[in-house]
Amino acid sequence: MLAATAIAVIRQHSLFAIVMLFGIYSLLSASIFVVLDAVDVAFTEAAVGAGISTMLMLGTLVITGHHERTPKHGPVLPLVVVMLTGAVLVWGTLDMPPFGAADNPVHQHVAPRYIEDSPQEVGIPNMVTSVLASYRAYDTMGEVIVVFAALVGVLALIGIREQKSPRPVSTTDDKPPRPVLQVMAKLLIPYIMIFALYVQFHGEYGPGGGFQAGVIFASAIILYVLTFGLDDAYALVAPSVLRPLAALGVLLYGGTGVVTMLMGGTFLNYSVLADDPVQGQLYGIIAIEFGVGLTVATVMMLIFYAFISRGEKAA
Amino acid sequence: MSMHLPALQVIIPLLLAAVIFLFNNARIAYIVSVAASWLCLAIAIQLLLLVNDGSVIEYAFGGWEPPWGIAYNVDQLNAFVLVIVSGIAAIMFPFSWRSIQAEIPASLHVLFYTALLLCLAGLLGMTITGDAFNFFVLLEISSLATYTLISLGKDRRSLSAAFQYLIMGTIGGTFILLGVGLLYTLTGTLNMADLAERIGPLQASRTLQAAFAFLVVGIGLKLAMFPLHLWLPGAYATAPSVVSAFLAATATKVAVYALLRFMFGVFGADFAYGEMHVELMLVSLALVSVLFASLIALLQRGVKRMLAYSSLAQIGYMLLGIGLANVSGLTATLLHLFNHALMKGVLFLALAMVFYRTGGSSMRHMSGLGRQMPWTMAAFVVGGLSLIGVPLTVGFISKWYLILASIERGWWPVTAVILVASLIAVMYIWRVVEVAYFKERPADLPTVSEAPLSLLLPTWTLVAANIYFGINASVTTGIAQNVAQTLLGGVQ
Repeated sequence: MLAATAIAVIRQHSLFAIVMLFGIYSLLSASIFVVLDAVDVAFTEAAVGAGISTMLMLGTLVITGHHERTPKHGPVLPLVVVMLTGAVLVWGTLDMPPFGAADNPVHQHVAPRYIEDSPQEVGIPNMVTSVLASYRAYDTMGEVIVVFAALVGVLALIGIREQKSPRPVSTTDDKPPRPVLQVMAKLLIPYIMIFALYVQFHGEYGPGGGFQAGVIFASAIILYVLTFGLDDAYALVAPSVLRPLAALGVLLYGGTGVVTMLMGGTFLNYSVLADDPVQGQLYGIIAIEFGVGLTVATVMMLIFYAFISRGEKAA
Repeated sequence: MSMHLPALQVIIPLLLAAVIFLFNNARIAYIVSVAASWLCLAIAIQLLLLVNDGSVIEYAFGGWEPPWGIAYNVDQLNAFVLVIVSGIAAIMFPFSWRSIQAEIPASLHVLFYTALLLCLAGLLGMTITGDAFNFFVLLEISSLATYTLISLGKDRRSLSAAFQYLIMGTIGGTFILLGVGLLYTLTGTLNMADLAERIGPLQASRTLQAAFAFLVVGIGLKLAMFPLHLWLPGAYATAPSVVSAFLAATATKVAVYALLRFMFGVFGADFAYGEMHVELMLVSLALVSVLFASLIALLQRGVKRMLAYSSLAQIGYMLLGIGLANVSGLTATLLHLFNHALMKGVLFLALAMVFYRTGGSSMRHMSGLGRQMPWTMAAFVVGGLSLIGVPLTVGFISKWYLILASIERGWWPVTAVILVASLIAVMYIWRVVEVAYFKERPADLPTVSEAPLSLLLPTWTLVAANIYFGINASVTTGIAQNVAQTLLGGVQ
C-alpha cells in the first residue's frame, strides 16, 4: 500500500491530491512503525507527518495554487540517480544482519544498558524517553533547535503580517458563516488541548513527549484558525506573544543544561539537580520536555500563521 | 570552567542565537554575535593549545560515558578546524554590521544574526563532535541556517539559489543519515571512536561499503565535489556579500574535515584506500574540477560568481591532497583548509566593500576602482596573489606541499594540472586587476570613496594573516604535518 501511494503521488498532477496522498503515506508509515513495535516513532509520524505537515502543505497551496507547472527537464537523469541509489541500498542491505535476530550488533552493544539499567539510572519506565531526554539529550536539544531554525527561516522569508487584513469588506460577507463547524470546533478544542497536556506530562510513562504534545497543541489552535478566521485567532494568541515563547522553549532546554553545568555536572547531566540522582533526572526530563513542547507548539503555530496571513493577502 | 570548554564552544553561539531572537533588537543582536564569535575563538585557541601535544579531550554530555551518551572529542585535527571556523567568524561578524545595512532590510537584521549564530554553532558542532548522529543533527542546524542566510540576498535569484541548495543539501543530509543508519545496524553504536573499533573485523561487509558510499556522496554534496557542485556558484553569487564570504571561508572547510574524519577516524585509512580505492575517484574528480572550474571562472562576468567557481577549483586541490594518499598530500589538504579560508575571506570581503560603495560587484562596477578605493583593491590584489600561489603568501605554502606530494607519487600529469590551473588563476585575477587599475571609471557610474574603517579593519586583519602565515608557516605546517601523520597511521 505504501508503494502504491508513492506511485500515485508521482502520477498525480493536482497538488491538492498529492498533499492528501502524502497524509495517507504518513499514516501508513505510522502503522508500519506500530507493527514494528516502535510506538513512540509511530506517534510522532502520525502527529507530525500525517497531521501538521499536511496542514502546512495545504497552507502553502493557498499561496501557490493547485496545479504544478510542467517541469523543464526530462525525467531521465533523476530516474538514473534514483535507480542507482536504490540499487546501492539493496546491494548494501543484502549483507545486513538479519532483521529482528536477537544476536544482532544493534541488540548486543549499546541497547542492553538502555533496556536493563535505564529504570534504575534514569528512573522512568518509558525507555525511549530515557534515551531521548537523558542519554542522548543533547541530540534532542539539537532537534529542537532545528525546529527553531526552521522558524527563523520562515520568518525571514515570508514573515507574519500582524495587521488585520486591509480589506474594507468585513470577512463575514464573502465567507458563509459556519455555525456547525464552529460549534464542533469549540467542542473539540478543549479535548485536544487536554490530550496534548496528557501526552506532554505522561511521556515518561507511556508513548509521547514534548514533540508530539507540541504538535497536538498547535493543531488545536490551527483548528481554531481554520474555523474562526485569522483575526479572531490573533485576538486569542498574537504572534508577538508566541515569538518570544519559541525562543524561551529553547532557552529552557539549554538553560537546564547550563544549570547542571553550574552545579558541577557536565552539560545536561540532570543527576546533579537533586540530592538523589534519580530524582534529579526526573526534574531535568520534565524541564526539558516542557521546553521541547513549548518551542514545537509555538513554532508550528507561527509557521502556520505565516502561511495563512500570506494566503489571505493573496486571496 | 576549563573542563567545560568543548561544550561551551558550541553551546555559547547556539543559546545566544535564541537569546538575541528573544530580545529582538538589531544592535543587541550584533553586539552579542560579535562577542560570541570572539569567545568562540578564544575557546578554540585554548583547546588547540591543550591538545597540541597529541592528547584527546573527551567531554561526555549528560554525564553518560560514550558510547551510551554523546561525547565531544577534541584532537589536534578538529581543534585546528575549530580555530579556522571561529577565527573567520571573529573577523567577519564585526564586518557584517555595516555590510548588511546596505543589503538586508532593517526588519530582518535580528533574524540575520540569529541565523548567523546558528550557522556558526552548527559548523563548530559538526567539527567538534565525536558522535556520528550528533554530527547529522548539527549539520541540519547549520544547513537550515545557511539556506536562510542565502535567501536574504538582495538579488532575487538568491531565492532560487537557496531553494536549489535546500534540495541538494537535503539529499546530501539524507545520504549521510542513511550511511550513519547502516553503520548503526552493523555495529550498534554511534560513537565515532567506538565505531572505528567495531568496524575493524567487518572489512569485507557489503553493508559497510554501502555505508561508506552513502557517506562520501552525502558529504560530497555538502562540499560541492564535482559533479555535485551545481548548487554552489548560484548560492555564493547571490547571497549577501558577508554571507558569501563567511560560507566560502568556512562551510566547505567543515565538509572537507567531515570527509577526513569519516574516512580516517571511522573507516580507517586501510579501508578507504586499500579496499574502496577512494583515491582513484578523488584524484580524477579533483583534476576535472580544478581544470574546468578554473576555466569557467575565466568566463564569468560577475566577480562574485568568478570567485565561486574559483572556490570549486580550490576544493579540487583539497580533494587532490586526500587522493594523493601520502603525508605531503594530506598536509597540503590541511594547510589549504586554513590558507584557502584566509585568501577567499579577503577576496570576498573586498568584494563586499565594493558592493557596499557601488551597489554591485560585476566587472563593470569594479572598473577604475584602483584609484578610488585604493585600500580595498590592494586587499583584493593580495588575496588574488595568494590564490595564485605567489611566494610570501599563504597560497604558496599549500601549493608547494601539493606539488611536492604529486612529485613524491611520481604523478607528473597531476603536477602539470596544478601548474596549468595556477596559470588560469593568474588570468582571471588579472582580468579584475586590469579593469580596476587600468580602465577609466565609466562616465555613468558615480565616483565613490574608500570604504569605511569598520570594514577595512577586519579585511586588513585577514590580509595581514595571509602574509604572516605565508612568511612564517612553521606553526600551521607543524600542526598539519602532525595531523597528517596521525591520520595515515600505519599506511606506507
